[in-house]
Amino acid sequence: MKPQVSFDGVRVGDQLPSLERRPTAQQLVMYAGASGDYYQIHYDPEFAQGQGLQGVVVHGALKSAFLGQLVTDWIGLEGRLLELSARYREMDTPNDVLTCRGVVTERWSERGQHLVRCELWIENGNGVRTTTGEALVSLPSWS
Amino acid sequence: MSTYSLITPSMRAAVESTTSVGPCTVERGAILRFARAIGDPNPLFNDEAASRETPYGGLIAPPTFLRSLTPAIPPLPDGDTVPRVLDGGSAWKYHSPVRPGDEITAVTRLESLTQRTGRLGPMLLAQYVTGYTDRQGELLAVQQNTIIRTR
Repeated sequence: MKPQVSFDGVRVGDQLPSLERRPTAQQLVMYAGASGDYYQIHYDPEFAQGQGLQGVVVHGALKSAFLGQLVTDWIGLEGRLLELSARYREMDTPNDVLTCRGVVTERWSERGQHLVRCELWIENGNGVRTTTGEALVSLPSWS
Repeated sequence: MSTYSLITPSMRAAVESTTSVGPCTVERGAILRFARAIGDPNPLFNDEAASRETPYGGLIAPPTFLRSLTPAIPPLPDGDTVPRVLDGGSAWKYHSPVRPGDEITAVTRLESLTQRTGRLGPMLLAQYVTGYTDRQGELLAVQQNTIIRTR
């Protein structure tokens, strides 16, 4: 198990360990089933084209889940995820490599909590930021 | 270019109204299936025995699991007049983790409707806020969600 990240060791500008995901058509179907999101633009190419899209697209909420994983992997068992947001700026298509990244933008302590804010984003295979977001976490402090 | 309103009187009347789902009991299997679907191998979401040894003391749901309790496309009167729907994004605030056996009620409020012109022409932005509470009435999480609808 990887060592627990602590508030004391975190600095503004630090990058979170990146996370690469490559959602397949199968994963979109699995996500549709698990989440109950059966909107056809996520699995029916003809329907998606009828909606003016090139083809099926990745669920925005699945991209939020990827960003959630990016953050919960980083904060470990002792950290707490307090806020998570994502804005879906561009569509993502199945089988593209989506790289989830984050950078620490703020750190402060208040009322016994050691808080860290991060900017988050997802880059598609062309390096375009298709999703942007933020997280607020609390981390343990050893001092 | 004509400017017309996508917002019908029925839509307007629905602003600030709420819809409720549940209470629904969170099943362990649903959490495991959700974790597998998003491809997140974190033992907290997948492994009951391993998660018992953590500060959480047992399995918890991934951060976006609560999406599975409510319709992916929130209800909107006259929604068929703007049938093309896109999810614009979500913002979550978390108060307590979701655990198997929790009985959760989700109350979604339509906060606002605004019209903008985008790449796809006129579009409707619907802002929803959903609060998720357990049986004791404790607030577990709040999700703000922006839904974009066009003709």
